[in-house]
Amino acid sequence: MKTEPVIEIDHLKKSFGTQEILKDVTLKLLKGENLVVLAKSGNGKSVLIKCIVGLLKTDSGTIRVFGKDVTSLETKELGELRNWQGFLFQSGALYDSMTVKENLEFPLRRIKRDLSEVQIREKVEEVLSNVGLAETLDKMPSQLSGGMRKRISLARTIIVDPQIMLYDEPTTGLDPVTSDEIISLINVVQEKYKTSSIIITHDIRCAKNTANRIVMLSEGQVHKEGNVEDFVKSDDPLIRSFFL
Amino acid sequence: MTRSGPLRIKKLLPVVKVREFAEGKSVLLVDKALASSEKAGNFLTDVADVTLFVLRIIRETFSPKFEYREFFHQCFKIGYKTVPLISITGAIMGLVLTIQSRPTLDDFGAVALLPGMVTVSLIREIGPVITALICAGKIGSGMGAELGSMRVTEQIDAMEVSSTNPMKFLVTTRVLAATLMIPLLVLYADALGIFGSWAGANIKGDVTFSLFFAQAFNYIGFIDFMPALIKTFFFGAVIGIVGCYKGYNAGRGTESVGTAANSAVVVGSLLVIIIDMIAVQITDMLVS
Repeated sequence: MKTEPVIEIDHLKKSFGTQEILKDVTLKLLKGENLVVLAKSGNGKSVLIKCIVGLLKTDSGTIRVFGKDVTSLETKELGELRNWQGFLFQSGALYDSMTVKENLEFPLRRIKRDLSEVQIREKVEEVLSNVGLAETLDKMPSQLSGGMRKRISLARTIIVDPQIMLYDEPTTGLDPVTSDEIISLINVVQEKYKTSSIIITHDIRCAKNTANRIVMLSEGQVHKEGNVEDFVKSDDPLIRSFFL
Repeated sequence: MTRSGPLRIKKLLPVVKVREFAEGKSVLLVDKALASSEKAGNFLTDVADVTLFVLRIIRETFSPKFEYREFFHQCFKIGYKTVPLISITGAIMGLVLTIQSRPTLDDFGAVALLPGMVTVSLIREIGPVITALICAGKIGSGMGAELGSMRVTEQIDAMEVSSTNPMKFLVTTRVLAATLMIPLLVLYADALGIFGSWAGANIKGDVTFSLFFAQAFNYIGFIDFMPALIKTFFFGAVIGIVGCYKGYNAGRGTESVGTAANSAVVVGSLLVIIIDMIAVQITDMLVS
């Protein structure tokens, strides 16, 4: 049984001005699982994972990653903790001024400083072939399609061997075929790299095909928690609106 | 109702109107006062933000693991890639200044002073200010737009989660590169300006370059050269800081990229003029 929690969020609150986005969120990510956080747009899904990785400061509550409270860590400690986390941004967030190769080398050179040039090149080639884009090495992000950019972005995230993956709307804006490719890659990453993942989405196909467990957020709180089957069989009108 | 009732109301009406008018005015005044205090508050918040931003740049500059590679890349981008624009502008500055000044000096029979006058003007004032204004337009807007678009497309966030300090990697390197490269560009523009001036002098005359050069530098002293050079470092720093500040703190929408680029140019140019004014006053005080 995979029961060891790698992320524990306890009574998390986050507001922007007078607008309360997260009112009281409590959830756990267990080791090796894919946890899908499902919610309508504007319900604080992206805010939640940005709080986890420390890009946003919380108002109250705790976020423990590998037992360390992110909300009280110093910049240096937070940086060290981030080395174990991979973040796939909604937009891909590839560096426009760098080639695909440079994009992939960028985190590698900063996090795994002891690697030689040969090892760096091998690692870049390995992750690129894992996402099926070995031929794009010298291309600029502007020369790639949306789906390709997402896959390169995923490659850039997994290149540093993270133990936790945070996916922010991985299939948003993609056609169904490309979405399926990304969904399949998420599962491959879980299997191959033994990652524990939080997948933020409102795409039900993505949720059904990647989730070991689902947490639904509504009005800044956890509305329901369970596996895919629990959600499919649920009579809750909010859940039905997603799963029908 | 008694007969005096409507009469009394009629008499009261002007009083009521005056009161309503006064109330309306006082509400308006309160609104204006609140708006003004909010503006003042926002201005103070902006000043505090900029101060903290500058302090962070200073701290990151002296903290370990300086981003040399990115710094040299920015020096190349800011310096080398601005050379064509500065070359054309510098040469034209000298040429135009010479052509425009010649008739007036001719009237006073002082054409011999032309090389010295143009060179002093170029080195002291026109070269640094025009070059800095061009750099505020090209480099400042470039930084504002680039960092703004990186903010909007989450590239800065991506950098932060990749164990990279974006302030150190993106901001400090750009500000330092601008601080170092703009003085060099100014020197280059001055040199081309003098060359342009020589070309201008030869349109209606015949002066050898060595004679022109010798005459020009007869009038140039340490006090002309050093303050002008020192102020260009401040021009460079201000252009870099404003461009980076506007871009780094851009909003989330694509519109904010344009706003960041635009305000980087406007604020940068304005600050260049203000710094120039202060520098002239300080130089004047030191000389006299």
